[in-house]
Amino acid sequence: MKVYSILILNKAGGLIYQNEISSGLNKLSANDYLVLAGTLHGVHAIGSKLSQSISTTNNLKNTEELNSIQNSNILSFGKALNPNNNKSGLQSIETDFFNLYNFQTVSGLKFIIITSPNDNFENFETSNEIFRKLYILYSDYVMKDPFYSLDMPIKSILFDKNVKELFR
Amino acid sequence: MSDDSIIIPSTTTNSLSKLTINDYSKTGFGYNPSIGTQSNSINNIETSNLLISKKQIILSTSTIPIYEKLHLISKKSPIEEITLSSLLYLFSEIIQWQFKNSKNINDLEARLNGLGYKLGIKLIEMIKLKDGYKLLKRDTKILEILQFIHGPFWKFIFGKQADELEMSQNNNDEYMIIDNLPILNKYISIPKDYGDLNCCAFVAGIIEGSLDVSGFNCNVTAHTSTTDQHPLRTVYLIKFHSNVLYRENIRN
Repeated sequence: MKVYSILILNKAGGLIYQNEISSGLNKLSANDYLVLAGTLHGVHAIGSKLSQSISTTNNLKNTEELNSIQNSNILSFGKALNPNNNKSGLQSIETDFFNLYNFQTVSGLKFIIITSPNDNFENFETSNEIFRKLYILYSDYVMKDPFYSLDMPIKSILFDKNVKELFR
Repeated sequence: MSDDSIIIPSTTTNSLSKLTINDYSKTGFGYNPSIGTQSNSINNIETSNLLISKKQIILSTSTIPIYEKLHLISKKSPIEEITLSSLLYLFSEIIQWQFKNSKNINDLEARLNGLGYKLGIKLIEMIKLKDGYKLLKRDTKILEILQFIHGPFWKFIFGKQADELEMSQNNNDEYMIIDNLPILNKYISIPKDYGDLNCCAFVAGIIEGSLDVSGFNCNVTAHTSTTDQHPLRTVYLIKFHSNVLYRENIRN
């Protein structure tokens, strides 16, 4: 599996990091990348609403328990939260030309990678491994950087360097 | 000096075993209503002895002194370790806090230096005590104190020795301590428009404080000097004041 590109979106759907790891995709203009990021964010949000009813019926927990969780969420955060953000919404897009995988962290940050197409199911496992490593790099080189302000574009040189090393 | 001859007041606990709660002097210790005002006076050897032992009791109830604690620690594990993440989150917050208050980059470096300075003054006493307690020796030469900073001092703070210690070829009052991977800078990337800011100005402050307080007045600055192998390589430039060099020359 060859990784073409990495996108990182903040919780509002803004593009904060974009890196072309290897050539293979057509270059888009900066504006188009922002539109792409916003679209994926929107699709994810709609998707999670679609699948919400499915995931609750599949859940083994009884309704009383679910209600109490929902209520405590509403009391503490002021809104209903989905207990697991990674079980709903857009997870992957698989086409003949590329595959796209999406991973959402607990704070709503999204990591998106675009890879070469492969109908092998193991791809999904590999993508999870990549996400895990990216998440580690993010929490080290971005979150511990005193000059980074939250939800703003990532300009860290060290993060850039380490991401490149990850895919070497 | 052998360890036996050192008298540590807090370990002299004999007085505790001798005294019981029913002990009182015939003439009284404190006011005794059956005797009257005389009871308050110290008029014989017995009472003054009792007073001394009373003093010892107060001392022995205090907590373990810092030098004994250090001994206890050094027996169990040579270096107390903390997690890197918590340290760097704290350091990151310190920088953000100082950054908010500072006018420009130089001001920020000066502030970080100042914070480190205060720490260095206190830290060198403890590390010297821990390291050189047996030798009881005070470093009086520039090279001696620099080797101490480069070796045990660095090892105590960062868990490893500094990588290089060099003397400037151009100026005889300048020395350099070089760290290939400064641990505080590990995750910090300086934005391009911030010039040559190096957050290890904090460490430079620690060095400056500890050298100043040991009688070697100097200015210490941190500079990034990137090499291919070590992108975060930091040079601490130590510039001694002229009076230190003058003193050094007299000694030689």
